[in-house]
Amino acid sequence: MSAYPTAPASGPSAAPSRPTVPATVRPRHTGTRAALSDAATLIGRSVRLTRRDVEMVVLALVLPLMMMLLFVYVFGGAIETGGAYLDYVVPGIVLLCAGFGAASTAPAVAHDMTGGMIDRLRSMPIRPSALLVGHVTASVARNAVATAVVVVVALLMGFRPAAGPLGWLAAAAVVLGYVLALSWLAAALGTVARSVQGANGATFVMLFLPYLSSAFVPVQTMPAFLVPFARYQPVTPVIETVRALLAGLPAGPALWSALAWEAGLLLASFALAAALFRRRTRG
Amino acid sequence: MSVQIRGLSRSFGDRTVLNGVDLDAEPSRVLALLGPNGAGKTTLIRIVATLLRPHGGTVRVAGHEVVTDPVAVRGELSLTGQFTALDDEQTGRENVVMTGRLMHLGRRAARGRATELLERFSLGAAADRRVRTFSGGMRRRLDLAMSLVGSPSVLVLDEPTTGLDPVSRDELWDVVGELAADGTTVLLSTQYLPEADRLADRIAVLHEGRIVADGTADELKSRVGGTRLRMTFDGPGLDRAQELLRDLGPLRDIGRRELDLASDGSAAHLHRLLAELDAAGTLPERVSAHRPGLDDVFRTLTTANDRS
Repeated sequence: MSAYPTAPASGPSAAPSRPTVPATVRPRHTGTRAALSDAATLIGRSVRLTRRDVEMVVLALVLPLMMMLLFVYVFGGAIETGGAYLDYVVPGIVLLCAGFGAASTAPAVAHDMTGGMIDRLRSMPIRPSALLVGHVTASVARNAVATAVVVVVALLMGFRPAAGPLGWLAAAAVVLGYVLALSWLAAALGTVARSVQGANGATFVMLFLPYLSSAFVPVQTMPAFLVPFARYQPVTPVIETVRALLAGLPAGPALWSALAWEAGLLLASFALAAALFRRRTRG
Repeated sequence: MSVQIRGLSRSFGDRTVLNGVDLDAEPSRVLALLGPNGAGKTTLIRIVATLLRPHGGTVRVAGHEVVTDPVAVRGELSLTGQFTALDDEQTGRENVVMTGRLMHLGRRAARGRATELLERFSLGAAADRRVRTFSGGMRRRLDLAMSLVGSPSVLVLDEPTTGLDPVSRDELWDVVGELAADGTTVLLSTQYLPEADRLADRIAVLHEGRIVADGTADELKSRVGGTRLRMTFDGPGLDRAQELLRDLGPLRDIGRRELDLASDGSAAHLHRLLAELDAAGTLPERVSAHRPGLDDVFRTLTTANDRS
């Protein structure tokens, strides 16, 4: 990737118009190679910024851990799930954590869209939407780390899932799909937001949905008017799938429901983010 | 011609911001776009930098048209906006290297260029500190260093010294001057007359979407008339004098007791003026003549247009 600054300049016509400047050799700015390099550069940037943003790390890591401790040691004793509450709640915590982690993509994107960064990128010979790719990829990386930490702490607390390597892998893939879809949704929200604070607020629904799912309590224990919503909203099938896979059980229809939600949400969010980005940068 | 603008227009809704602008910027020269707030400076700059589409007319940068070949334009031009585009949580060096990578310099070339630019802008010692810790002047210099990574042939600066202390401002002026001396075409917008006076080889005054004057600072000054007369009055005489003189041309109330007006510098004009004032019983206490400054030019051009 580092060996093409000597590619031919855009054309011989560049030189005569600026007689006093020695003709600068311009690298190629178009093509797959340039696009991949831009994405890699902006992913690297977003990952670096994430790692250095103490608030974001706290939100992505400490908060889910606190929630897990709270639910297992404080509320867990009073919740009847037909088994060890820890085993029940870990998939929910993982997805809650993914929600927090993905949600912080929105203010990060909004910061770039409302500050000077987007103008700088748009005035450079790159595809500025690589900015969103950078933020979403950093979000997935951040969530992978956060999820791993949550699972390790859960294992230390006595979480003993029955799943074999395949079950773990499948569960990880389902969580990844969920994180990816939510990250694109957050990126879309960050693109339209008029301010960083606004972007933060817009992700409220994403953070709230897990509480109205089977994450912490079985759906049938909820009041009757909530049951249909809790059962059919996207988070519940995803959680049920992860829970079954980790328990080494067949996931059943929940798996298809979860995959359909994830694929649909991912496609819709991606399309929305792309359209909003185009509109916002149209000039 | 590095930047060639012909018949440029742009509106937002039914508000026309640019209305047939013609402008040329040449290599090795600094062209200052001067105008009050809301004159359309930023709109013009954003169109040249491909951030905004023109509604009419053509803009070519280093031979490339902004609408049909924006990528080529972006390869030649660099924009430093009103707001610095820096990542606070990256170091100065990381910011510059990142820009180099986005200009498609190789990894090593980007690093080399970053070191070179950081030294040039006296940021070598602070290069590995996070930008969060930088002063306003350092941030501006870093922003400019980032702009120069791709060795642009056209540098566009939107109000580059707004909010800078005088020392940082002087440093920035020096750097911009050096860049022009090295052959770069510089187009900068400003609302500060001293900035245009000190920095620009040519000044274009933008007012209500049109270029109302375009020339060197001296040419513009001579357009206003060779001499300005400044008259100091005692308290009660001022109002009467003001009334009397208003019919004679653009008049400015520049101090609590001072009036300022254009003259051809002849003794006859002065004599006539004083005779009239004397007849009205409001002879000034003091009269002085001076060469017009750029602010006289600015006021005359923009107020004259208001009345038409």
